[in-house]
Amino acid sequence: MLKLQNVSKTFHPGTPDARLALDRVNLHVKAGDFISIIGANGAGKSTLFNAICGSFFTDEGAIFLDGRNITMLPEHKRARMIGRLFQDPMRGSAPDMSIEENLALAAGRGGWFSHITAADRRAFRERLSLLGMGLEDRMRQPVGLLSGGQRQALTLLMATYNTPKLLLLDEHTAALDPGTAEKVLALTRSIVEEGHITCLMITHNMQSALDLGNRTLMMDRGRIIYDVTGEERAGLTVKDLTDKFRQASGRVLDNDRMLLEN
Amino acid sequence: MSLDKILSLMQTSLELGLISSLTVLALFLSYSMLNVCDLSTDGCYTLGAAVGTLVALSGHPWLSLPAAMLAGVISGGVTAVLQTRMGVQSLLAGIVVNTALYSVNLLLTGNKAQLSLNKTTTVFTIAKEGFKGTVLGDQYKLIVLLIVVVLIIVFLSLFLRTRLGLSIRATGSNADMVRSSSINPIFTTTVGLCVSNSFTALSGCLMAQQQKSFDINMASSGVLTVSLASLLIGGVFFGRNKSIPLRAIGAVLGAFIFRLVYALALRLHMPAFMLKAVSAIIVILAISGPYLKTQLGLLRRRRCAARGEEAS
Repeated sequence: MLKLQNVSKTFHPGTPDARLALDRVNLHVKAGDFISIIGANGAGKSTLFNAICGSFFTDEGAIFLDGRNITMLPEHKRARMIGRLFQDPMRGSAPDMSIEENLALAAGRGGWFSHITAADRRAFRERLSLLGMGLEDRMRQPVGLLSGGQRQALTLLMATYNTPKLLLLDEHTAALDPGTAEKVLALTRSIVEEGHITCLMITHNMQSALDLGNRTLMMDRGRIIYDVTGEERAGLTVKDLTDKFRQASGRVLDNDRMLLEN
Repeated sequence: MSLDKILSLMQTSLELGLISSLTVLALFLSYSMLNVCDLSTDGCYTLGAAVGTLVALSGHPWLSLPAAMLAGVISGGVTAVLQTRMGVQSLLAGIVVNTALYSVNLLLTGNKAQLSLNKTTTVFTIAKEGFKGTVLGDQYKLIVLLIVVVLIIVFLSLFLRTRLGLSIRATGSNADMVRSSSINPIFTTTVGLCVSNSFTALSGCLMAQQQKSFDINMASSGVLTVSLASLLIGGVFFGRNKSIPLRAIGAVLGAFIFRLVYALALRLHMPAFMLKAVSAIIVILAISGPYLKTQLGLLRRRRCAARGEEAS
């Protein structure tokens, strides 16, 4: 499904600030996998997503999606196959445009000169009502008026409007209040399950990293240092994870937010 | 001031306002929608005037309008390619194209700084013939301009609702989101600048025909700043939360008001050379106003804090 072979990326090469953000990463994701990714700040989790999405081209290595080599494919072309959500709920939608206009862009139906039709509106309404936030009655309001949780839910809907092959979730509930975060996470689960979407999720919450999905990766200094699935994973506790981290990296897991969670 | 004079003042302001409103609509697209400050505006305005004048002189008054627009599309395309494909910063791309256009315009006119359209058939002289003897005999210029401006507003309103138009609007608002909708923001920026520059060129073309002459320095009154000032004045009436057609009408209204105030100021013996300063001040006030307002609030709180009081 998704395959990364020896992917490396150095930021600011040749300067005193040079930093190896991805260090010969190898990863093989199977179709239907739901993988949670944990790691300290600066471990390369988001950089890994950027590499997969094409926010930059990698220095070395190759990336395959569904057997196709996408290593040098520009970001907007990969977006046809890959949906992505960020921690910042503002990043996924255009605030000056209405909900239906945002959805129309995400749906991408029709030619360049097509307008939003009545049928489009019906389809948008139906999808929006699944969120259970009453957004279907506010389709002509600018997205800038929505709350962070509503915007993130809308972004989720937009990213999965045309079922992507791969969904990348970059701590997409971390900026929301606990109640809203739970709701958005539940929506994510139902959409992912319904569309059988292969999914990678970065989280700082170790418990949900273990609860959600079928496989967990731990990253440190640009490498995947621990990869667990199946029975071994089923028996893991949060304490086991922090111990694993110490073993594999020789350091204490120093993500403040992770400490707070536990 | 007699009623006659007031009416003629209104009419002139309306004519000039409608002509410059096309440039204002261009900025509405590039500045308000695409979030690009297109500094090639002055050069493109003159380019449209030059091309329009030459085509009219060659005996094709109607063709002069689309020809000028096409020239604007090319100019906008060059600016867009420079900033999206060749790594030139957005502002610099506009300045460079603006500078180059001065030479291009003289090249087109055969190194003549002025061209006269006095004895040439233009869209206005055609309209004058057409409306001769009717009630509208004196308003022929207004009618031509109104038709053009209404057509442009209708086009813009419809265009910005298409998928292409939506993606142009989103490019200025959130380019990340455009990419994640599988649309290349380079493409949308290019289309947006081509369309907006076609309006600017049309504006210059109509201005040359209205005043029956082309002058290589006809944009030296600061077309960009004046239009930006008009756009911001228009935004006072119909701001960001209004629909696109209303905001476009607001832009035209802003252009008219700017011209009216300017004409009144001239009547009251403001020297003509003050135009640039006045438009610059309007732009500064309109853009920095909201910022200064928040700063003023902070200043007040700081003073209170310094005096050891609680802010009221």
